[in-house]
Amino acid sequence: MVTAFIFFVLGGILALVMRLQLAHPNGHVLGPDKYNEFFTMHGSNMMFLFAVPMMFEALAVYFVPLMVGARNIAFPRLNAYSYYMYLFGGIFLWVMFILNTGPDMGWFAYVPLSGPDFTPGKRADTWAQMITFTELSALCVAVEILVTVFKMRAPGMSLNRIPMFVWAQLVVAFSVIFAMPSIMLSSTMLILDRLVSTHFFNPAEGGDALLYQHLFWFFGHPEVYIIFLPGTGIVSTIVAAFSRRKDFGYTALVLSTVATGFIGFGVWVHHMFATGLPQLSLSFFTAASLMIVIPTGIQFFCWLTTLSTGRLFMRLPLLWVFGFFFVFLIGGLSGVMLASVPVDWQVHDTFFIVAHFHYVLIGGAVFPLFGAIYYWFPKITGRMLNERLGQVHFWLFFIGFNLTFFPMHMLGLGGMTRRVYTYPAELQWGNMNFIATIGAMLMGAGVLVFVIDFLISVKSGAIAGDNPWGAGTLEWATTSPPQPYNFLDLPTVGSREPLWEDPPDQPVVTGLREDVREVISTKALDADPDHRELLPVPTIWPFLASLATTFLFISSIFTPWGFVWGCIPLAITLIGWFWPTKREAAVKRELEKWEDAEARA
Amino acid sequence: MQKRELNVAGLPSVVFGYRSLIWWGTMGMMMIEGTMFAITVSAYFFLRTRSSDWPPGLMPPRLTAGTINLIIFLVSVAPAVWTQKVAQRGDLKLTRIGLIVMSLFGAGNLIARVFEFPSLMSTWDANAYASITWMLLGLHTVHLATDWADTVVLSVLMFTDRIDGKRFMDSSENSDYWYFVVLTWIPIYLVIYWAPRWL
Repeated sequence: MVTAFIFFVLGGILALVMRLQLAHPNGHVLGPDKYNEFFTMHGSNMMFLFAVPMMFEALAVYFVPLMVGARNIAFPRLNAYSYYMYLFGGIFLWVMFILNTGPDMGWFAYVPLSGPDFTPGKRADTWAQMITFTELSALCVAVEILVTVFKMRAPGMSLNRIPMFVWAQLVVAFSVIFAMPSIMLSSTMLILDRLVSTHFFNPAEGGDALLYQHLFWFFGHPEVYIIFLPGTGIVSTIVAAFSRRKDFGYTALVLSTVATGFIGFGVWVHHMFATGLPQLSLSFFTAASLMIVIPTGIQFFCWLTTLSTGRLFMRLPLLWVFGFFFVFLIGGLSGVMLASVPVDWQVHDTFFIVAHFHYVLIGGAVFPLFGAIYYWFPKITGRMLNERLGQVHFWLFFIGFNLTFFPMHMLGLGGMTRRVYTYPAELQWGNMNFIATIGAMLMGAGVLVFVIDFLISVKSGAIAGDNPWGAGTLEWATTSPPQPYNFLDLPTVGSREPLWEDPPDQPVVTGLREDVREVISTKALDADPDHRELLPVPTIWPFLASLATTFLFISSIFTPWGFVWGCIPLAITLIGWFWPTKREAAVKRELEKWEDAEARA
Repeated sequence: MQKRELNVAGLPSVVFGYRSLIWWGTMGMMMIEGTMFAITVSAYFFLRTRSSDWPPGLMPPRLTAGTINLIIFLVSVAPAVWTQKVAQRGDLKLTRIGLIVMSLFGAGNLIARVFEFPSLMSTWDANAYASITWMLLGLHTVHLATDWADTVVLSVLMFTDRIDGKRFMDSSENSDYWYFVVLTWIPIYLVIYWAPRWL
C-alpha cells in the first residue's frame, strides 16, 4: 500500500508539472519531447503502478484474509514474489525515465508509433516490459485471492455471507485472470516485432495495427472495472458501517458486481469507434456500453436506500463516499454520452475524454480509496487519523478535482486535443487551462495535507481500539493493528455481519497446532470445515526468483539471448523455492493425516 | 463468556482434487494460460482475415513431427492417469515409477518438438502468418518444458528423505497440469498444421 501510494504521489507530481506547462498559452516548462514522456509516464504509472496495485493487490492482499477470517493469504510465498515483481517493475520504469529512456508514446503505446520504425531506441521496450512485470504480479495475486476466497473462509461463511468487499475483489480476480493475458500477449508481440523482426503489427507483411488495439482494449476496458469494482466494494462496506444497518439488496449488489465484471469484457470496441469498423459492430458495442449502466444503477440505488433507511453516522469515510457519488455520477453521465458513436467521433481524442476518464477513475477509485484509508487506517496502525485535517484534505481535493477536470469538458468541446504540449493564445483556451492548473494545485495541497496527517497520526494519533467505528465485519474482531497471525482464535461466523449479529458465544476454531502455521481450509460453497493446511514459513527464495525474473525481463529487451540465459537462474531459484528443507518435511510428516487413515493402517 | 469450540483436530491434512488448495491454484494458472492460448488462436484467425491466401506465399507446415507429438501426448494420458491414481493412494514405489515414466514421455515430447520448428517451413520473421505460427508453437513449448522440468524435479525429490503427504498431492496435481498441456495441444495442433490446409 505504501509503495503504491508513493507511485501515486510521483504520478501526481508529473501531472502537476504538465498542468504548469499548460497553464498559459505557449508555455515553456516542458519541451514537446519531455511533455510526451511526462504524459506517458503519468498514465502508465497511475494505471499500472498505482491503480491496479493499490485498488486490487494491496487492499485485497491485506483485507481479504482478515475479512474472511483467515490467518494469511493462500500461497504467501507467491505473494512475496508478486510484490517484488511489482516493486522491481516500478523501479525499472522510473530509473529508465530518469535515464531519458522513459516511454513517450501514450499509456497504450499504439503501433505503429511504438513499433520499430517510429520509436527507435528502448523507450517502447521499457513500457512493454514494465507491463510484463506488473501484470505478472497482478495475475499471481488474482490466483491467491481466488483460492483464499473459495477455500479459506471462516467456517460458516457460506457464499451468501461473504462481505461485499470480498465479493468485489473476487470478481476483480477473475477479471484480472481473463483480461491481463491479453495485454501480456500484445506487449510481448510488440517487443518481438521490435527485437526479432516478427510482423504481428506490420501491414506490409500481413500484420495489422488494429490487432494491437483489439488486444490492448480487450484488456483495457476490463481494466477500468478492475480499478472501479474494488471501489464499489469499499463503498458498500462504508455505507453499511456508517448507516448502522446491513446493505440493502445484498443479492442485487453481488449480482450487479458479477454482471459488471462480465459486461466489462463486451465493450472494448467502444475505445475504437474511430477506427473505421463495420456499422454492425459499432451498434453492438454501443448497446453493450449502454447496458453496463444498468448494474451500476442498481448498485447506486441499493446504496441510497441503505443510507436513507439507516442511522447515519457522518464521519470522514462516509464523506469520501458522498464525494464518490457526486464525482462518479458525472463521469458516468459523460460516459453515457460517449457510448453514442456520433458524440464519440466529435470529441474523440479531445480533453472531453480526459475529463471523462478522470471523473470515472478518480471518482470511482481514488475517492473510495481515501474513504477506505480513513476507514481502515485505525485497523492497520492502531491509531486514528485527524478528523479536522481530514476535512481540510477532503474539501481541498474535492474542490480542486472539480476545478481541474470540469473545465476540461468545455476545452474538449472547444476543440482542444489531448497530448498537445502547448497551444497558441488565439484559441482562447488560456483561462480554462489556468483554472484547471489552480485546481490541480489544490488537489496537490490536499494530498500534502493528507501525507502530513498520516505522518503525524501514525506516531501520535488517538488510540483506535479494536473496532472504533462499531462495524460488523470480521477484520474488526481482531486487534488493531492485527498480529501477523491475524486472529488469536480463528473465528466461525453465523451471519453476514458477524460482529453485529452473531451471539457472543459463537464458536471459535480449536485443534490446530499453534507452534507451526497450521490453518483450516473450508468447502467452497458452504464453508464447512474440510481439512487442515500447513502454510509455509518465510524464505529468501521468492526474492531470489524475482531477481532472476527481473534479470530475464530486462536483459531480454536488449537481446533475445537474455531470455535464453535468463531461464537458467530462474529455473534454479524456482527449484530452490520448491525444494523443502528437512525440517519442513519433518513437520509435515508429523502433522500428516490421510483421509482414510484408519483404512490405510 | 466462555466461547464454544469447533475442534478441527480430527480433519485430514492430505486431500486431493478440488478439496486441496493446490488444485485451486493450478486451476487458476490454467485459466490464465488457457486465456493466453485462446487469445493467441484468435489473433491467428484475425491475421488470417488480412491475407487473401493462407499461408501467404509459404508452404503449409509438414505434418510428421507435429502428428507424432500429438500421438505421444495422447498416449501419455494413460500413465498420467495411473500416476495420479497411485499418488492418491499414497503408494510411494508406484508413484516414483509413474513420475519417471511421465518424465520420459515429456522428454519424448520435447525431442519431437525440436523437429517441429523446422517443419513449419518458415522462420518467424517471414511474415505475420509465420510470426503467429511460431508464437503458438513457442508458447506451447514453454508450457511443455515447464511441466517437464517440474516432473523431473518432483521425481528426484521422491527419491530423497524429504517426502511427505504434500508431495503426493503435488504428484497428483502434476498429472492435472499435464492434461492441460495435452488438451491445449489438440486445438493448437489443428490450427498450426491443418488450418493452413483447410482455410
